[in-house]
Amino acid sequence: MKLKHSAGFAAAGVLAMALTACSSGSDSGDDAAESGDGAISGDITVLTNRTDLIDTTFQDYKNTFESEYPDVNVEFEGITDYEGDVSIRLNTQDFGDVLLIPNTVSKDQLPNFFAPLGSVDEVSETYRFVSEQAYEDQAYGVAITGNAQGYVINKKVWEEAGITEAPTTPEEFVDALQAIADSTDATPYYTNYADGWPLSQWQGNRGVMAGPETEQILADTDEPWTEGEEQYAIDSLLYDVVDAGLSEDDPTTTNWEESKTLLGSGEVATMVLGSWAVTQVQDAAEAAGGSPDDIAYWPMPFQVDGSFHSTIGGDYKNAVSKYSENPEAARAWVDWFAQESGYAESQGGLAPTVEGELPSTLSEFESLGVEFVEIDPAPAGEETALSDIYDTAEIDLWGNVYRQKMIDTARGAADGDKASYFDSLNERWSAARAEVG
Amino acid sequence: MSVSTGADVRMRQGTNRRGLQPRRRGARKPRQVLTPWLFLVAPVVLLVLFTYVPVTNMVWYSFTNWDGLDPVKEPVGWTNYVEIFTRPEIFQVFFVSLYYVLGAFVQLALALYFATILSFSTWFKNFFKGILFFPYLLNGVAIGLVFLYFFRPDGTLDALLSLVGVNEPPQWLGNPDIVNVSLASTSVWRYMGLNFVLFLGAIQSIPEELYEAAELDGAGSWDKFRSIILPGIRQIVGLSVILAISGALSVFEIPYIMTGGANGTETFVIKTVTTAFTFSKVGLASAMAVVLLFIVLAFTWLQRTIFPDDKVDLTS
Repeated sequence: MKLKHSAGFAAAGVLAMALTACSSGSDSGDDAAESGDGAISGDITVLTNRTDLIDTTFQDYKNTFESEYPDVNVEFEGITDYEGDVSIRLNTQDFGDVLLIPNTVSKDQLPNFFAPLGSVDEVSETYRFVSEQAYEDQAYGVAITGNAQGYVINKKVWEEAGITEAPTTPEEFVDALQAIADSTDATPYYTNYADGWPLSQWQGNRGVMAGPETEQILADTDEPWTEGEEQYAIDSLLYDVVDAGLSEDDPTTTNWEESKTLLGSGEVATMVLGSWAVTQVQDAAEAAGGSPDDIAYWPMPFQVDGSFHSTIGGDYKNAVSKYSENPEAARAWVDWFAQESGYAESQGGLAPTVEGELPSTLSEFESLGVEFVEIDPAPAGEETALSDIYDTAEIDLWGNVYRQKMIDTARGAADGDKASYFDSLNERWSAARAEVG
Repeated sequence: MSVSTGADVRMRQGTNRRGLQPRRRGARKPRQVLTPWLFLVAPVVLLVLFTYVPVTNMVWYSFTNWDGLDPVKEPVGWTNYVEIFTRPEIFQVFFVSLYYVLGAFVQLALALYFATILSFSTWFKNFFKGILFFPYLLNGVAIGLVFLYFFRPDGTLDALLSLVGVNEPPQWLGNPDIVNVSLASTSVWRYMGLNFVLFLGAIQSIPEELYEAAELDGAGSWDKFRSIILPGIRQIVGLSVILAISGALSVFEIPYIMTGGANGTETFVIKTVTTAFTFSKVGLASAMAVVLLFIVLAFTWLQRTIFPDDKVDLTS
C-alpha cells in the first residue's frame, strides 16, 4: 500500500511540476497563490454529485492530494440534485473552484463560466473525450471517467448454451440467443421496455459501423432505416431478437432494479447497456449468491474490417471555475483526479487518460481486439442539425417512444411488420429533413 | 355604520375586562371599508398569478414554435392548431379516453349503488365506508406501482386467479387489447371512493320524513331509490358525470406511471407531455393543451344544458 502511494506521489510530483511550468508560461498573471518556487497553494472547494462517497472515498482522495500538495486545502461540497442546483448557481460567481460541467451548459457558454485548460490538441495529448467539452479550440473539461458500449452477459448461461466466443455478426448473435433459449431456462434477452431509458442505450452504439462521423452521416441521410445503414443495423437487431421471441414474455412489466438481479443470477442472459452497468450487475450477481466473474462485457456483434468496435464517451467533466481564486490548485486537482485518484477504475469505467489501462470490467475487450470509436463533435454551426431532425420527425433516438413501438410491432402487439414500421420511420425522417432544410 | 358583529362585541368586552382603553370608533372606519378587499387580495393575487397568467402564457406559446429553451419565441400564427387538426395520430389518442369514459360510468354506477346501500342501516356501515373511500386517499404514484405488481405475470392477480382454477391468464398489461381495460379499472378503483362520499353526503341530506312517508305508502327500497334518492341527488350526479368525463379526457397519472403511454395506452395528456418535453415542441404542446381545455369546456356547457341548475323540490 505504502509503496504504491509513494510511486503515485513521485509521478504526480513530476506532472505537477510540468503543469506549473506550463501554466506559468501561458498564464498572464501574478498569481498570489503561486509562490516563486512553483509550489501550489490555497484553498479550493470541489463540487461533486457523489454525495454517497464524500465522507469515505473522497476523504482518502483529499488526504492523498493534500500530502502531495501540502499548501493546498481541499473542501468538498456534495450536491444531491447536481444538475438543477449547479445550473442555477452558475448565475452567481460562487460555484466552487472545481466543478463538474452541468449538461445544461451549451458549448458556446463554456467560456462564460470556466477557465480554459489549453488548446484541444494540447489537452488531447493527455486526455480522452476532450472535444466533448470544448469551444473554439479551447478545452474546458477533463472527464472523471469514461464508458464503452456493448452488452452485458451472464457468462455462465452463455457457456451453458455452448457459446464462449463473442458473436461477430447480428445473425450469430440471434443464433446464440436462440441456443440459450433452447438449452437453458434463462430468458435470452431482457429489453427493460417499461423503464424506457435502457432502450436508449442501443443508440449509444452509433459509430461502431459508421465511425466517428456517424452523427453527421445520419443527419445527411434521407432514409436511415434502409439496409446497409447503421441505424437500420442497430434497430434491426433489437427487432429481430424480439420478433424471434427471445426477449421477456411481458415487456410492459419490466423493472430495471430487478433486471440487474435477474441478469446477475442467470435468469436473464443478456442486456445491451453501457459499460457503467457492469459493476452494478456484478454487485447484483454477488448479492444473488453468484460470482462477479459470471458477468462479462462484450462488444456489439457488428464487425468492420474483421474487428470489433465500441463507442466510447466521457462522463461528467471536471472544470475550473473562471472565478477561482486559486486556479493553479484547482487545475492540479483536476489533473490529479483524472490521473492519480483511481476514481475511474473504482467505477469500472475507462480511464480518462489516453494512456490509461482498460478496467477489469472490460477485460474481454483486450483479447477480442476491440477498437474504440470516439464520436466527432458536430462542426461549428451544425450542433443542432441532428436533434432538429429527430425532434421534428418525433423519432426519439435517445428516448424510448419509437423503440417501444418497434418492440410492440415485433411482438405482434401493434399493427404492421418490420418493413412497414421502418418505412414509416424513413418517411417521417425524410419529411423532417426536408422541413428543417 | 353602526352594525357591529358578534366578534366586535366580544372583542370590546375583552378589552374592557382587562381594563384597557376602549378603542376609538372613528379610527376603525376606513379599515372596515378596506377589510373585505384585504381579505380578497390574497386569493385574487394567487388566482391571477398561478392560474390566469400561466394560462395566458400557454395560449401565447401555442401561437409560437418555441422549443422550451430558446430565448426567442417566434410567432407562427395558427400553424400549431392546423397541425393538431390535420395529423390524425394526435386525435387518435382520444380513442384511448373512451375506455376511461366507459370506466367513469361504471364508477358512478358502483358509487351510487354503494352509497344507497350504506345510507340505509347496514352491518359494519362505517367500516365499509372506510374501505370504499380508502383508495382515494392513496397517492396516485403508489397506486400505479401497487397495480404494476398486481397485474404483472405471476403477480397478485394471477396468483388469485390460479386459486380459482384459471391457470393461463392473459397478460394484463402486455396484451394491447386488455391493457386499457386494466388501466381504466385501476382508475375506477381509485376514484370510486370520492364519488361514493359525494353521493352518500347528498343522500343523507334528504329529510328522514320522506322515507317514513314513503314507507307508510308501502314503498319498497327500489321505489325509494327511484322516487326519492335519485331525484334528490340529481345535481350531484350531474356534477359527477361531468367531472368524470373531463377526468377521462385528461387522464394522465395512472397510465403514465404504469405504462408510460407505451403499448397503445397513450392518452391526450401523455401525448402533450411527450410532445413538449421529448420532442421539444412546446408551442405545439401548448396548442394541444388549449384544445383540450376547449373540449372540456364544451362538455361542461353540454352538461349545464342537460342538467340546468334548477332547485330540487322533492315535496311537489
